[in-house]
Amino acid sequence: MTALENLAYTAEHEWIATGDAATVGITDFAAGKLGDVVFVDLPAVGTAVTAGQVCGEIESTKSVGELYAPLTGEVVEINDAVVDDPSLVNSDPYGEGWLVKIRVTGAAPDDLLDRAAYLSLTGGEE
Amino acid sequence: MSDPRTTPLHDRHAALGAAFTDFGGWLMPVRYESDLAEHRAVREAAGLFDISHMAEISVTGSHAGALLDYALAGRLSTLTVGKAKYSFILAGDGGIVDDVIVYRLAEDRFLVVANAGNRVAAVEALRAAAESFTPPAPEIGADNSFAAVAGKPVSVEDGTDATALLAVQGPRARDVLEATAGVEFATPAERAGDPDTDWTLDDLPYYAARVGRFDGTHVLVARTGYTGENGYELFIATERAGELWDALLLAGEPLGMRPAGLAARDTLRLEAGMPLYGHELGRGIRPAQAGLDRVVARDKDAFVGKAGLEAADLTSAPVLVGLVSEGRRAGRAGYDVYRGEDLVGEVTSGALSPTLGHPIAMAFVDPSASEAGSTLTIDVRGTRVPATVTAPTFYRRKK
Repeated sequence: MTALENLAYTAEHEWIATGDAATVGITDFAAGKLGDVVFVDLPAVGTAVTAGQVCGEIESTKSVGELYAPLTGEVVEINDAVVDDPSLVNSDPYGEGWLVKIRVTGAAPDDLLDRAAYLSLTGGEE
Repeated sequence: MSDPRTTPLHDRHAALGAAFTDFGGWLMPVRYESDLAEHRAVREAAGLFDISHMAEISVTGSHAGALLDYALAGRLSTLTVGKAKYSFILAGDGGIVDDVIVYRLAEDRFLVVANAGNRVAAVEALRAAAESFTPPAPEIGADNSFAAVAGKPVSVEDGTDATALLAVQGPRARDVLEATAGVEFATPAERAGDPDTDWTLDDLPYYAARVGRFDGTHVLVARTGYTGENGYELFIATERAGELWDALLLAGEPLGMRPAGLAARDTLRLEAGMPLYGHELGRGIRPAQAGLDRVVARDKDAFVGKAGLEAADLTSAPVLVGLVSEGRRAGRAGYDVYRGEDLVGEVTSGALSPTLGHPIAMAFVDPSASEAGSTLTIDVRGTRVPATVTAPTFYRRKK
């Protein structure tokens, strides 16, 4: 698992780990707000996604959160483990609870946050 | 709009890491750690709920029973002392103002427990009924003094602010109460004296209530609940609520009891087929639509809502059904229900059932679509999910 400081974050509470493809998940803050996740609806492998647009859903016992694509590109892998066991989003949001991998084609959005900026956004503490 | 109120146990919920929500004007714990873990605890061991937001309204007087016969849908004057009854406050047109549980504490004393969000409406309805109510003519007895003939006047008092309410629900609820330090069902003096006042939980059948004590303070122990499990609801003065909560938790945690919030409370009552005001019950719904016409004692001479119910033609009014689906995507309140391409109704409550593992829902549908076994579909955020009509109870505990 990449150290939390090395991740980029969005205002919609996703985290991104860069690599050959970018790995995307939601933060512990978002998972905590949702409560127990019971279903994840992820875009299929091969789907083109556009930064800032809804590409899936994360559903908890009490509410449904939209999953926004943080980057523009193509979905190259989805996490089957989390489809089978959505509770991984709550128990390990930055590790086993990762959601999709995107091969980035567009330029990186200019409004990604670093960890410090994300923590200020959410009022969290290290 | 003023800030939501907090219960006497607010600081304890915060210390336990609870997430809060505004419910009926009160800041209530929605979950502590996990809705699912809390739900499971109630089904397998026990859950401890702070439901102090509920309204407690005392109705007292020599003719309190007759007043409640007039003010409520059911017949309360014949309720035995120490028993409870589920009822409705109806409006003149027969629509439901609130669903309540009424406890008879004495010949001339009733406790009406109403929903937090309907507290003002419930108190007003009971007071209005008291004003327009004509007590039955008194019997002439040996004592013909004015006071004896008139009896003690009816009084409607809102005791919510002075009363806290905790619920212990689950198969081990009884073990928890019996293990809780300070909880007694009769004083030593009572036990030594009158065997009738030395009661145990054996003496408390379902829908009954008796006064016990917690460390010297009266506690009304009611065998009622909203989860489909065995359980008890404990009414105590606000000042002692914190200590009672602490004592229950101390005794209950080794037995598997967890504090449980409103999220778990909602999935539990939905599984058990229990209606929630604002979803399955409301001002525009008449009892028969929700399958609860039996709550209404239609043969009473006069009661609020009688004329409205008699005049209402409900043949094409939407009726409440249960819906079960496969998969994991649940219909939720407000989602449309279809038969083929025809819009036939709307979901009132829905969730992925933690106990059953599949989606369950309650919905109001056109009577033509209400036959058990029918296949309807629910529009779940753009996807049509098939659902089978059932009776609106999904879980029954093993006896």
